[in-house]
Amino acid sequence: MDQFEQLYGELIMEHAMNSHNKRGINSPTCSSLGHNPSCGDKISLEAKIENGKIVDMGFSGEGCAISQSSTSMMIDLLKGKSVDQAKQLIEIFLKMIKRESVTQEEKKLLKNARVFENVSNMPSRAKCATLSWHTLEDLLNKLNNN
Amino acid sequence: MNNFKKDFPLLASQDIVYLDSAATTQKPQCVIDAVNNFYKSFNSNIHSGVYTISEKATTAYEDARQKVASFINAGDPSQIIFTKGTTESTNLVASCFVQDLIKNGDKIVISIMEHHSNLVPWQQIAQQKHATLEYLYLNDNYEIDKKELNKIDKNTKFVAITMVSNVLGTVVDVKNIIKKAHSVGAVVLVDAAQAIAHKQIDVKDLDADFLAFSGHKIYAPLGIGVLFGKKQLLEKMRPYMFGGHMIEYVNEQSTTFAPLPNKFEAGTQNVGGAVGLAAALDYVNKIGYKQIETIESELVNYALSKINKLPYVKAYISPNKNSRSGVLSFNIVGLHPHDVATVLNTQNVCVRSGNHCAQPLLSYLGINSTVRASFAIYNTKEDVDKLVEAIEYTFDKFKKYLR
Repeated sequence: MDQFEQLYGELIMEHAMNSHNKRGINSPTCSSLGHNPSCGDKISLEAKIENGKIVDMGFSGEGCAISQSSTSMMIDLLKGKSVDQAKQLIEIFLKMIKRESVTQEEKKLLKNARVFENVSNMPSRAKCATLSWHTLEDLLNKLNNN
Repeated sequence: MNNFKKDFPLLASQDIVYLDSAATTQKPQCVIDAVNNFYKSFNSNIHSGVYTISEKATTAYEDARQKVASFINAGDPSQIIFTKGTTESTNLVASCFVQDLIKNGDKIVISIMEHHSNLVPWQQIAQQKHATLEYLYLNDNYEIDKKELNKIDKNTKFVAITMVSNVLGTVVDVKNIIKKAHSVGAVVLVDAAQAIAHKQIDVKDLDADFLAFSGHKIYAPLGIGVLFGKKQLLEKMRPYMFGGHMIEYVNEQSTTFAPLPNKFEAGTQNVGGAVGLAAALDYVNKIGYKQIETIESELVNYALSKINKLPYVKAYISPNKNSRSGVLSFNIVGLHPHDVATVLNTQNVCVRSGNHCAQPLLSYLGINSTVRASFAIYNTKEDVDKLVEAIEYTFDKFKKYLR
């Protein structure tokens, strides 16, 4: 596997260029805008949350392959999960990217999103991978406060 | 093509193509040696020690100031203030001069090409003072049209203008803008950060009121920069920071301030940086701007001619050769600049991607970000060839995903 494939494998590129999650959703209950000031990218998340469960989620906006695919895989992973489960998974993902200790079992929980582990040694690109995860984390935290 | 690469140990010892000199330049051995020699043989604090090495450090620091003054033809070296870099220089002028100058209803004029460091300080003041911040916009050649200068009118009190755009590489006719500004009584600051390593600067010929640049963009160490200001302006201005060295007498309840330039140099100064800057200016003087301009314009023209042959690349640069400097921004259509730069890096090509601290410019151009290759004296046509090969490799890798 050359350096290109390590970062831009089929899985990442499929999600980046042709994501089934890049869509508006029916009657969203909340939304949030994530912004990466270094490149001007904006990703908008829409979610439908009912009885503490993420029923549906979609995104829009332009971005690099890393941020687009990371957003798409995050939606695949978290759709159908409870808000509490989603928060735990977001925490594991962010820890993995920050190279904090994460067990193999925890990584398995991230399913496809594990591929972004390769981004963790590129600090400038780590922001791209974590943009939507931080955005969703903020959104879920705000729900609790309301 | 040229022999300068061997002067730069980082480039001579690593197999990389460094095309991010607009962000910071590499350092030649003579600069590294000068800094090394300062710390090894006469490191000490300046202006206060009476012992030999402190006297030597003080002399070296003041010699560096003199060297900067001569380099930009400033005359009196007390008009040269050492700062951390361009950003500190513009902020100094904002806090100590423009803040007091601008009143409700006045106008500040800048160009749409300004780096955030020559934009946000003026925007903040305009907001606070209920003044107008007006922009000089660009024509299709990414140049400021002469008619735009009519925005500099009798309400204009201050103009801040870059000499070279860090995104487009456009060279601005600042002399003409200064002339126009002075005709309406406005004061002008020139941002020379992107010009200093590429164009001869003569502040007397320009009649610039203030001029700012960073040492690290002209082969000097990080953390040393320059603010030139006309003496009559600097003398009227309040001090920027308070503390040691910038005072004359301190009583319990009052203080008088030191004369120029010390009034603006509170605290312990970056003597090692100043020594390195002096060595860098010697290095540039030895090469001469004529040779620098010849080499760099050949490189940019060569790069552009090769890039223009790639139908999937869009370049953002003036078609007029005389309006270009050492910067070439581009995009691979359909690909994000961060992805392009990441893949170029796998081919050992170092470029910048992003908005280059010029968000209003990119919004004006209707784009989020660009890839930017920028050139310096050590780059070669072989570097350009490797860049173009790496762009072709990048496109090849991604093309099956492009819709």
